[in-house]
Amino acid sequence: MAKTLYDKLFDSHVVTEENGTALIYIDRHLVHEVTSPQAFEGLRLAGRKPWRISSIVATADHNTPTNGWDKGLSGIADPVARLQIETLSDNIREFGAKAYFPFMDSRQGIVHVVGPEQGATLPGMTVVCGDSHTSTHGAFGALAHGIGTSEVEHVMATQCLVQKKSKTMQVVVNGTLEKGVTAKDVALAIIGKTGTAGGNGYAIEFAGSVIRNMSMEGRMTLCNMAIEAGARAGIVAVDDTTINYVKGRPFSPKAEQWDAAVAYWNTLHSDEGAKFDAIVTLDAEEIQPQVTWGTSPEMVVGIDGKVPSLEMAKNEVQRGDWERAYAYMGLTPNTPISDIQIDKVFIGSCTNSRIEDLRAAAAIAKGKHIAPNVKLALVVPGSGLVKAQAEQEGLDKIFTEAGFEWREPGCSMCLAMNADRLASGERCASTSNRNFEGRQGQGGRTHLVSPEMAAAAAVAGHFVDVRQFV
Amino acid sequence: MEPFVKLEGLVAPLDRANVDTDAIIPKQFLKSIKRSGFGPNAFDEWRYLDQGEPGVDNSKRPINPDFVLNQSRYQGASVLLTRENFGCGSSREHAPWALEDYGFKVIVAPSFADIFFNNCFKNGMLPIVLSADVVDGLFNQVAATEGYKLNVDLGAQTITTPTGEVHSFEVDAFRKHCLLNGLDDIGLTMQQQDKIKAFELNHQQTQPWLFN
Ligand code: SF4
Repeated sequence: MAKTLYDKLFDSHVVTEENGTALIYIDRHLVHEVTSPQAFEGLRLAGRKPWRISSIVATADHNTPTNGWDKGLSGIADPVARLQIETLSDNIREFGAKAYFPFMDSRQGIVHVVGPEQGATLPGMTVVCGDSHTSTHGAFGALAHGIGTSEVEHVMATQCLVQKKSKTMQVVVNGTLEKGVTAKDVALAIIGKTGTAGGNGYAIEFAGSVIRNMSMEGRMTLCNMAIEAGARAGIVAVDDTTINYVKGRPFSPKAEQWDAAVAYWNTLHSDEGAKFDAIVTLDAEEIQPQVTWGTSPEMVVGIDGKVPSLEMAKNEVQRGDWERAYAYMGLTPNTPISDIQIDKVFIGSCTNSRIEDLRAAAAIAKGKHIAPNVKLALVVPGSGLVKAQAEQEGLDKIFTEAGFEWREPGCSMCLAMNADRLASGERCASTSNRNFEGRQGQGGRTHLVSPEMAAAAAVAGHFVDVRQFV
Repeated sequence: MEPFVKLEGLVAPLDRANVDTDAIIPKQFLKSIKRSGFGPNAFDEWRYLDQGEPGVDNSKRPINPDFVLNQSRYQGASVLLTRENFGCGSSREHAPWALEDYGFKVIVAPSFADIFFNNCFKNGMLPIVLSADVVDGLFNQVAATEGYKLNVDLGAQTITTPTGEVHSFEVDAFRKHCLLNGLDDIGLTMQQQDKIKAFELNHQQTQPWLFN
């Protein structure tokens, strides 16, 4: 029978199955400081050891500061954050890992940037991490999803996850994207169409000519945002783009194993005629650069659009949501998006902090300067290696000459656990993935956009159609 | 884990859709390396008028009187009634930890985000999906009746209102079994060690690069 890619990945990892609940084997376990301490503590209390240490790759990212690295650990002003970062080091020392990139290691960075970059994420793998954006790794034709801390402990102890099979959704985007329209815009446009709950209970496979023509960076951006559509997993079939990206990375298969791996990876696509439980289609030509206006990623419109008015809400519940969102965001219905002035800009996060994202933003910022009303424009590379690469290409200079701050890698203002955050009422053009109330700082107002759109907004001081710059 | 069998609990209504995990427990509290003590900071940004930080005495902070959970009639609630897509956003298990520590054992909504839903069961909490219409009806009844309680029976998979209306709900058989008996997942999975080892051996032979 014709199988979907999701079915292939799931079925090939089932250890046992009973009444639809399966135990699936986990190939790669990515670990960071925030969702692991309680799991390690659980192992310790029960006298358990990790099942397979070589599956564990760890780094510190959520809490780490993005400046003041010359002071080392003691530069972390918040003692609670420092303890959490130190606890990860202690736990890895005690329990072990295949690789650990601690705070300030040259390879440290956001776990979802580091994994692929190291070749620790490979096609055909099952990948888990105590972080919802683990869906990112699905870009490699891997089955990857976020888990809670109890599950982190479970995977450490047993190398398995208790899992029910999801339904499958295929999201097909055909056509050609206009210049200046990016994977981020595709992701936001999809969420605008399905809603943030549209993918609940589903694994999404992204397909169509737009995805086939996308770089790995773009596919990662897309799969990263699958969780914002409610889907625990997003996947893209393996092709030459995938294989070329993986080749030669530190943990990728070498020499004699490489050919066998590639032969297997080339089977990782949905079979002709495979049935999906749901299909959503989008036309590339209809996708504009997107900007979120509200407090959920589904509250999104094209740059030509306006903040929607209440009459457009589909029901009472949505009316309530929108009314709260207007108040929180300090916006009135029918305001043109391009009239919205911003205070800060954040270019970073596991959605958009890879080299390609930084190149695209730099291309817009080059030779220009951030607008006087923009108090702070941060560029935070996804990892130490991305940072080094960008510096080698001179991107850091372009940014700093344009008035941006060039920082050390980490999650930074994506969730504002460290010192990088919005003050109450501040409005930010952000390349991250969540615009929830308080996400970037209590009372902070987040508008999600692509790196190009963020850079353009920084220069203009308000949202502006980046298509006029490219 | 404590078994969950039956509960008669006061219901608190949270009339919002898409309540995300950042709202349930803001990130500054995720720095803790402990599993407990998150209750006083559940819904922190809605519940208090100032900005919460770890280590602050929450009993001295200004309360937001407009936030529904602060109303005296809902004190001691153990059932949270809310709208669709509850618990969306991050995978932080701190969200169910905070709700559980606050006192909630049951959450009723038309739908939940997947990871949050899963995390509830791992912590002895029961998330219940009822149709949007039924949930709407419950919201009206809660508003109209002070001290409104629901009777939840996991064995029978029913919720009974004070007037005797019975609503059945679905629950996965495995999760129900674990919850009813307070079973720890890891212990259960370890009973399958031999199968895991056999799978692993075979997996290593066919895809050796996964084990480098
Ligand atoms: S960058 Fe943001 S979304 Fe990504 S892992 Fe870090 S905090 Fe989570």
